[in-house]
Amino acid sequence: MIDGAAFRCRAQGHEDDGRVEMRERTAASRRQVIKGASALALGGLWLAGRPAEADVAKAHKLLAELIGGKTPQEGKVRLEMPQIAENGQSVPLTAAVDSPMTADNYCKVIHILADGNPEAGVCSFKFTPASGRAEFSTRMRLAQTQNVWAVAEMSDGSVWMTKTEVKVTIGGCGG
Amino acid sequence: MTDVKPRIKVPKTAKKGEVVEIKTLVSHVMETGQRKDAEGKPIPRKIINRFTCEYNGKPVCELILHPAISANPYISFFVKVEESGTLTMAWYDDDGSVYKAESKIDVTA
Repeated sequence: MIDGAAFRCRAQGHEDDGRVEMRERTAASRRQVIKGASALALGGLWLAGRPAEADVAKAHKLLAELIGGKTPQEGKVRLEMPQIAENGQSVPLTAAVDSPMTADNYCKVIHILADGNPEAGVCSFKFTPASGRAEFSTRMRLAQTQNVWAVAEMSDGSVWMTKTEVKVTIGGCGG
Repeated sequence: MTDVKPRIKVPKTAKKGEVVEIKTLVSHVMETGQRKDAEGKPIPRKIINRFTCEYNGKPVCELILHPAISANPYISFFVKVEESGTLTMAWYDDDGSVYKAESKIDVTA
């Protein structure tokens, strides 16, 4: 609709221009209109679907409870999720840590948190050296666009963390 | 609940010391406790809150689940097998039910 109107507008305003030139101009303006419109729509979605600060604070509080006041370092833990989830009911995730998984050097647990869900906790996967590899996959619900956190605790007491943003088109927690 | 059926994918054979991937899927509503029914009454929470896996009776791993895990929870993970044995898995429901599944792995040198 917008596209068509813009086309007509342009065409009337430049009646004296050469045909080829006019066509180029209208094509360019059409692209601009589309670009602008999609940016607006995306911006609107983002504004509507951002976690409230209270939710983020809740996630920080839970994290503090889980890791007992330690400060997580960036890195080491890997979190694979889609950048855009069309349906928040079931979003695949894979979390992993590069660890030899020997008796004296292994990853004890990976916590998954979500800072825009009604409850911040998602799951906690506890490994043992018998796991062989510190990696697991599952599927989670996302109520809105938000950051998902993966926090890994190692057997030496160090804590590692990563965050990834997932944009959600349809939330997955409502009725 | 009779409609809760764990489905598991475990390799039948493995080499000694191999790290094998286990895939599991269990049919379960995973009711979050956040939703309301047609009359506006909250629907009580009913989820699987814990999953455990043992190999020959020794714990391998454990997963604590919250309502943010999707319905029909899918879990995949790894196990390092040193000798032949039985992999036992259990899913613990909020209502106290326990759903179990097991599979044998034959380990060759």
